[in-house]
Amino acid sequence: MVVITDIAVQGAQMLLVLLLAPLLTGFVRKVKARLVRRQGASIFQPYRDLLRLLRKEVVLADNASWLFRVTPYITFAAIWVAAALVPTFATGLLFNWTADLIAIVALLGSARFFLALAGMDVGTAFGGIGSSREVMIAALAEPAMLLMVFCVALVAGSTQLSTVANFLASSYVGLRVSLGMALVALIMVALAENARIPVDNPATHLELTMVHEAMVLEYSGRHLAMIEIGAFLKLLLYISLIACVFVPWKIALFGTGPLAYAVGAVVYIVKLAVAGFLLALFETATAKMRVFRVPQFLGAALMLGLLGTLLLFVSRSF
Amino acid sequence: MMSAVALQLSCVAAFLVTAIVAIALSRSARATAVIYGATLVICAAALFGSLRWLLGDTANASMVTLPVGLPWLGAHFRLDALAAFFLVVVNLGGAAASLYGLGYGHHEEAPHRVLPFFPAFLAGMNLVVLADDAFSYLLCWEFMSLASWALVMAHHREPGNVKAGYVYLVMASFGTLALLLAFGLLAGPAGEYGFAAIRAAPHTPYVAALVLILMLLGAGSKAGLVPLHVWLPLAHPAAPSHVSALMSGVMTKVAIYGFIRVIFDLLGPPAWSASVVVLLFGSITAVMGILYAMMEKDLKRLLAYSTIENVGIIFVGLGLALAFQANGMKLAAALAFTAALFHVLNHSFFKSLLFFCAGAVLTSTGERDMDKLGGLIHRMPYTSFAMLVGCVAISALPPFNGFVSEWLMFQAVLQSPDLPQWALKIMVPAVGAMLALAAALAAACFVKAYGITFLGRPRGAAAETAGEVDRFSLAAMFILAALCLLGGILPGLVIDALSPISLQILGGRMPIQANEAWLSIAPIAESRSSYNGLLVMLFVAMSASLSVFVIHRFASRAIRRGPAWGCGFSDSTPAAQYSGASFAQPIRRVFGTMLFYARDHVDMPAPGDTRPARLRIELHDPVWEGMYEPVVAAVELSSEWLNRLQFLTIRRYLSLVFATLVTLLLVLAIWS
Repeated sequence: MVVITDIAVQGAQMLLVLLLAPLLTGFVRKVKARLVRRQGASIFQPYRDLLRLLRKEVVLADNASWLFRVTPYITFAAIWVAAALVPTFATGLLFNWTADLIAIVALLGSARFFLALAGMDVGTAFGGIGSSREVMIAALAEPAMLLMVFCVALVAGSTQLSTVANFLASSYVGLRVSLGMALVALIMVALAENARIPVDNPATHLELTMVHEAMVLEYSGRHLAMIEIGAFLKLLLYISLIACVFVPWKIALFGTGPLAYAVGAVVYIVKLAVAGFLLALFETATAKMRVFRVPQFLGAALMLGLLGTLLLFVSRSF
Repeated sequence: MMSAVALQLSCVAAFLVTAIVAIALSRSARATAVIYGATLVICAAALFGSLRWLLGDTANASMVTLPVGLPWLGAHFRLDALAAFFLVVVNLGGAAASLYGLGYGHHEEAPHRVLPFFPAFLAGMNLVVLADDAFSYLLCWEFMSLASWALVMAHHREPGNVKAGYVYLVMASFGTLALLLAFGLLAGPAGEYGFAAIRAAPHTPYVAALVLILMLLGAGSKAGLVPLHVWLPLAHPAAPSHVSALMSGVMTKVAIYGFIRVIFDLLGPPAWSASVVVLLFGSITAVMGILYAMMEKDLKRLLAYSTIENVGIIFVGLGLALAFQANGMKLAAALAFTAALFHVLNHSFFKSLLFFCAGAVLTSTGERDMDKLGGLIHRMPYTSFAMLVGCVAISALPPFNGFVSEWLMFQAVLQSPDLPQWALKIMVPAVGAMLALAAALAAACFVKAYGITFLGRPRGAAAETAGEVDRFSLAAMFILAALCLLGGILPGLVIDALSPISLQILGGRMPIQANEAWLSIAPIAESRSSYNGLLVMLFVAMSASLSVFVIHRFASRAIRRGPAWGCGFSDSTPAAQYSGASFAQPIRRVFGTMLFYARDHVDMPAPGDTRPARLRIELHDPVWEGMYEPVVAAVELSSEWLNRLQFLTIRRYLSLVFATLVTLLLVLAIWS
């Protein structure tokens, strides 16, 4: 019986992230449009886009290989699994112990690895430019991410997200400067990883400054739909991650019953909405930076992570 | 019933016999099949013996003394858990290389330069691991170096290979000198050369520090620690590809074995300051190695530089183990040590695999320069699949084996807050960040290696006409690729198999992983961190196939082929694709501007001028130009100066002799 509930909760979580992800992106787009006084498309537009793309035929370049055709599915699956392993509305899910935070980050790395390869498969200059910049950004973001993980693991004594969320939600941790720094570092990394302003512009197309869009330029039809929904899921994943580590309020603890799960789900959606609004606000207020300013941006995230860790040592020793 | 060590030694004897047979046979047409077949069988026997020893009863080491070597000492050989593990690595790599050689060897132009040395090289590596006294250790070490040197020089007429051999010889002699001094210090004034006596004797902190430095120089130069790595990217690619695989995948591990044997086993309890040095060199090596690889356009040299990175990662694991061991944190030390050994095993799998694939590309196209390749995924489907597995595994991505050892390493890094020393507390998180940087750069580097070589459109005639390689080579590649996957999804079995070693060397072990549910691994406790490669792979495979099924069933499965979109701009020439150098440009600009003094020079013709525009990339190797060139210049200057002594008159020679005699006598008189 317990196992069945567990599987149900885990399955619900997997479906929830899949269903919510396009809505979140639609919401962010809507808010951005309203902020610049445009009407904007409906917040359900991403669903319509996905359905339309799924129904269309795929136009493949003549020399595209099998790798190009399997990459959308591998990428989508890796991101979906990673997203399903981050606690959203409840901790202690059935398969939470399958992978800790480091493994989740690495799963996203696998997805990116294949996307970058697919960008080079057709052999156009745009694919190469996108792939090479994407791996550069990843190389800078990953050390910062690790230091953030380190800082959080020092406080919570674990890299297991369920345990971290449980600890931070249930015990009195208080306001910590270190955690604040780790939060800022994680937000900076999340902006870079999700190809958001100021690192990359998700709305850009046919520009020499594009990174992610250049990499997936050759994709069409259902393949593009998988890549799009992968990107939506990744945004949702990072917001869930920030929510579960830094604001785990009202997250349903393990085995607290259906009411707590329902409350957790509602609060989770509210958290997503707030985060989406803040993201839209930030993106509207900021300009995109040059590609070679990104190292400084992510270097700052790295330094924040390191400083957070060191502060934690200092505060512990006194 | 032969003892285990005698069994291993008889395998070594069989290798040596094979080497002699190879000399006799080398001109015959069937020599390749006979020799590689023989080494395959012997490696398999040695592998079986050492694996059985490692998985069976490892409490009592198996020892034998042969009446050769120094008359009062004899040659001691010993098989314990540590040696057995490294024998597994050596012989597994040797078996794979032999299998690959069965096919690849037929393309060899001068088989008589390769065949006799290949079994000798394997014998040398086996002997180093088995040796149990300083004299036999050094002798076997030199034998291994010389055999591999001969293999590096197999294609000595190709440009650059003579220099590679020369630099290798110089660096190998330097390394052996350092080892000689280290063992001299360890043996003490009494001259106890047996490892058992060295282990029993106490060592002062001064001696321990000196031995550590000498071992870092001696074993480190063979393993490829920066800045002693300069010979490695020259020599490893110069050898035939299956020998490159052995040198990179296995011989560097034998050097690491030497380091572990002396520092962890013989030297006694470590000082925490030792770990600072090892961590520093390890992390610098990891990052520098992969940055060098990123800048490289020769496929085999790229792989050799990536070996340097992986050696750095292994040394970071060993440094962490030293730090924890010095503070009595047995569990954390065992975790870091196991991570390092796991990475030793993993690297021997995927680096051999990648060198085999590079060798396949080389036989099929005759090219090592990535900028002349491209599109091989269409012409070499099996090789490209195996290479893809190797690239994902070496980039430390789940669900393959590279990720598991890297993950264990990060878990060890996360144990560092409990260390009492402030230097280590601050250093270890920074080292962790360096590891993450190296892993991310490795992913970038192998996207480049795979993307430029196998994807895109062919950049030259050689790449257009390439074909798939023979079955033996493919079998060797696919066996290693399968091992890469198995290591990634069943890491608990490997960790449990490695536990007798950490128990023997450190006196502590990781918790038994076989009891964990669903074959997951939990290095400390499940609430702290756990990982399950099997489930991750199953989940990804299931959701991928589910989405494929749903979409193809309910949405659309239509496909139309057309010209590439490329924003409406069709670049007709394959030369307009991204090349290796252009792919590396962002990283070159971010990291290389400072480290390699990288500069891009654009030569743009004036308007109306019809000559082509040129982009020249200027790169400097800081280690070679900053450390080695001054030494070379000093040697040349002094030899030029000393050269004058050759052309003196007889009177001057006589007066020189007289002056020397008087000076020596004066010194003697003052001394006594």
